[in-house]
Amino acid sequence: MSEATLECTGLSKYFGTNPALHNLSISLPTGKIIGLLGPNGSGKTTLIKLACGLLTPTEGNIRVCGFEPGIESKTLVSYLPERTYLPDWMTVMECIRFFQDFYADFDYDRAISMLQALQVPANARMKTLSKGTREKVQLVLVMSRRARLYLLDEPIGGVDPAARDYILGTILKNYNEDSTVLISTHLIADVEKILDEFIFIQNGQLVSYASTDSLREDLGKSIDQYFREVFRC
Amino acid sequence: MAWEFSNEKPIYVQVSDQIVSGILTGSFKMGEKLPSVREFAVIAAVNPNTIQKALSELESVGLIETQRNTGKYVTQEGSIIEMARKKRGEFLAVEFLRSMAALGYTNDQTIRLLEEAKNGEVMTDERSDA
Repeated sequence: MSEATLECTGLSKYFGTNPALHNLSISLPTGKIIGLLGPNGSGKTTLIKLACGLLTPTEGNIRVCGFEPGIESKTLVSYLPERTYLPDWMTVMECIRFFQDFYADFDYDRAISMLQALQVPANARMKTLSKGTREKVQLVLVMSRRARLYLLDEPIGGVDPAARDYILGTILKNYNEDSTVLISTHLIADVEKILDEFIFIQNGQLVSYASTDSLREDLGKSIDQYFREVFRC
Repeated sequence: MAWEFSNEKPIYVQVSDQIVSGILTGSFKMGEKLPSVREFAVIAAVNPNTIQKALSELESVGLIETQRNTGKYVTQEGSIIEMARKKRGEFLAVEFLRSMAALGYTNDQTIRLLEEAKNGEVMTDERSDA
């Protein structure tokens, strides 16, 4: 498939006069795990929300597998938001059934086995769970879909290092060559090994988009080192 | 346990180095089936594309063979493994001489020291960073 999984052309988003994204053009291929990296307030979440159709562009356009954000694109995109939106009166199992009803590509068995591996109590209500455990539930739901584009906004920020390893392993196991995973995070050193490519953005603009290997081959640097250099405070 | 990687070299190069070490030390035996790309990715905790790239490198030098539909195997050719062993040994020897030179040893002094170590004349219970 030659068509890009996510394509932005001249994409801008202003909040009032404040540009969260400015004239961003980028085309993300299929079958890659890509890091979306940048300092606080660089526009990472804005980009992800635009791809989900939760925000509309001020200028330019964005397409997922050729579709503008809408009904078709939403069946293809699995989105992990910064904060969980699951109602706190639901039990974990009710959340699973909710997703199963809602998304045709939801894999129930996969969800159950992930919950067990992460030792999430299936019958507990969301409000009784810790913040980290709630995040695990949300991630299980998102990764149990067989989507074309996974948009993960800080998937490992709130969980302990052991769960982090499992979650990264889960991403590795569940994505396939037809899907692309875009991960936004500040924990670069933790995700670096699983990234094919990385995007640096700052002040809503593209700073660099390159492959992890080429960075090491050309500059002999890890993404983490490069990030600290480029965005030195 | 995820594998450890350094920052300077591309990860696929380090993955292929580690698989070669596995073959040379017998963790992966001659003619044995290797884990699939996806299994390797989870074991090493790296991207499957990275594993694929590392395995292709090893395949191009003949250390690994693909058998249709069944997967990838360590070569049965002893000579190819011996060649890899020689290459790795030479690399380590040169590296060692270089690190000793950085400490101020001439090559002859290093060789003498190795002789002494071989004969058990060198204390080894000291911490190297002391």
